[in-house]
Amino acid sequence: MTDIPNPMASQANPRGASLLRQDARTAKRNRAESRFKAYGIIAIGIGMLMLVILLSTIISRGTGAFQQTYLSLDVTLDAARLDKNGNRDIEEIKKVSTFGYKPLLVNAFEDLVASGAVESGLAPSDMSDILSKGAEARMRDAVLADPDLIGQTVSFDFLASGRVDGYLKGRVTRESIVNDKNINVAQLDLVDQMMNAGVLEKKFNVSFITGADSSDARPEAAGMGVSMVGSLTMMLVVLVLALPIGVAASIYLEEFAPKNWITDIIEVNISNLAAVPSIVFGILGLAVFINYMHLPNSAPLVGGLVLTLMTLPTIIISTRASLKSVPPSIRDAALGVGASKMQSVFHHVLPLAAPGILTGTIIGLAQALGETAPLLLIGMVGFIASNGPDSVGSALLSPNSAMPAQIYEWAKRADPAFYERAWGGIIILLVFLITMNFIAVMLRRRFERRW
Amino acid sequence: MRDNTQTPEAQVANTSKISAKNVQVYYGDNHAIKDVNVEIEDKTVTAFIGPSGCGKSTFLRCINRMNDTIDICRVEGNILIDGEDVYDPAVDPVQLRAKVGMVFQKPNPFPKSIYDNVAYGPRIHGLARNKGELDEIVERALRRGAIWDEVKDRLQAPGTGLSGGQQQRLCIARAVATEPEVLLMDEPCSALDPIATAQVEELIDELRQNYSVVIVTHSMQQAARVSQRTAFFHLGNLVEFGDTDKIFTTPEDPRTESYITGRIG
Repeated sequence: MTDIPNPMASQANPRGASLLRQDARTAKRNRAESRFKAYGIIAIGIGMLMLVILLSTIISRGTGAFQQTYLSLDVTLDAARLDKNGNRDIEEIKKVSTFGYKPLLVNAFEDLVASGAVESGLAPSDMSDILSKGAEARMRDAVLADPDLIGQTVSFDFLASGRVDGYLKGRVTRESIVNDKNINVAQLDLVDQMMNAGVLEKKFNVSFITGADSSDARPEAAGMGVSMVGSLTMMLVVLVLALPIGVAASIYLEEFAPKNWITDIIEVNISNLAAVPSIVFGILGLAVFINYMHLPNSAPLVGGLVLTLMTLPTIIISTRASLKSVPPSIRDAALGVGASKMQSVFHHVLPLAAPGILTGTIIGLAQALGETAPLLLIGMVGFIASNGPDSVGSALLSPNSAMPAQIYEWAKRADPAFYERAWGGIIILLVFLITMNFIAVMLRRRFERRW
Repeated sequence: MRDNTQTPEAQVANTSKISAKNVQVYYGDNHAIKDVNVEIEDKTVTAFIGPSGCGKSTFLRCINRMNDTIDICRVEGNILIDGEDVYDPAVDPVQLRAKVGMVFQKPNPFPKSIYDNVAYGPRIHGLARNKGELDEIVERALRRGAIWDEVKDRLQAPGTGLSGGQQQRLCIARAVATEPEVLLMDEPCSALDPIATAQVEELIDELRQNYSVVIVTHSMQQAARVSQRTAFFHLGNLVEFGDTDKIFTTPEDPRTESYITGRIG
């Protein structure tokens, strides 16, 4: 057979041709190969460029949210105003509203001017406008927590208003505030003097990470903390429900279920479910969990249930793939020594599939963590300014938001100060996602076995 | 060639262990095993030989019902072990497989330690009451698998880290650890080099003292070396079954003769 000359081969590579010179066909094939490699390198290059632009934009715009301007001010908590009868009765002190604390603030600014640290032609009440509108509440909370402070002079770190904060970060300029009713040039002059006097400074913003959202008028006080709790609670629900249900379903379908048209239909549908838009799962959650089962609106429990439904197909598909990748010889070996089907699956197949299952689960969780659309329909996108939940039960059932929903909420608002916080929120979200992916890689490494 | 003729004592001890009657196996519409009748004796090595696809492995896997895992496989007829039909609806294949151990073509140790590989069977069958007993069982099995001396100092090392021949002997040790009565071997040496093959063959000869061994092999020399009885399969039929000496020297069927002389297969 082999000694019959192949006419095609002799045409492409005539007998006696030099090996040192490429013939036309070889040159063409080599050109095609290097072209293909070049396409690949260009594609990777574009991808890397996009990533660099994305990350540098997020970091340059978002890091501002982790810094906040604070004004440290000595306030005399005047007993005549806060506790007229002088008996330190907590119920009577509670009757003084935040409005009653305003004069104390004005006095504090008067004292500051009198001490010669700053000079300004502004009325003291106008001076106090450079502070956040939450400053009075901050004093009141401190007094209610410790009534003994009344009568003393206490140094408070007040949040500066969003405009002042923006001025220090370069977002607000003297030109941009010409038509701004919330701040004027004279107040900015005061801010400059206070900066020089060292009473006004930028500090790391812990409350952005731990605090709750705030109203439109106080962007400086808004934080991610409560929505982070919401997201974590939902992740917990998803993990507790989706992992066991998903893994059990995959094991049944892959190892036990008979192969017939019913299981074929189920298989096709699971693959299709993975591609269903997430907002459809939101509608499902609204219809089933809220309208039919009457679970509370906006609750992380419901959000977690919806995200569980959304994550299940991802987990099932990746689990089945990793179960399939376990060599059949391992199953034979287990059956051969007299293990039952279930023992062979749980003792041998599942441990070998574990890295794949864990990776799939964490990818599913990460996907769920970043999901906003289904939360829209069950009311988890909204203004939640309450403090964090005090128990696991209330974390599950009391209204909350989620990190991506909180970011969406901020991005919607008009004040550029919120815009900065939206970028900052994305940094926190990305840190979460990177952490989860890192855990996935670590688990994979740890559980990976060769055979 | 090792001793193939049976000593008189052995002949007395040899009683029928497995008895197959009119066994038919179908894969869907494909009739893979046609009307096989065979008597496999206790404490004897029985070799199944034949060309590829002749059904010898299929028949072997019927004996411990490993074919149950294949959906389209259907078995008719009777396979009796000690007079009990293994395809009786009352038989639990898991119990059957504890009695009929199996060694596969490719060494397939679990990706666990050497100790755990051997201890797995005794553990799930509850053969040991405590750690000490389990240690004894593992040692005895590894000694029978002729691998104890090589691994006694590294029982906690992964079984997958051994060489191919060692892995196969580990698999044999794993199979004998559950104290089976019959040991099925599906081409146990096909993935091994000649030295490892020689070690495994020697081991098979030793195992004959305690077990009824059925071995499927592609190598006629191997069948001649290790077995006392040989069955020749061709196209799903059991063509000839008898003493190994007789099959290899004076075969009755012309197909057997063609195969052992290398004209077919």
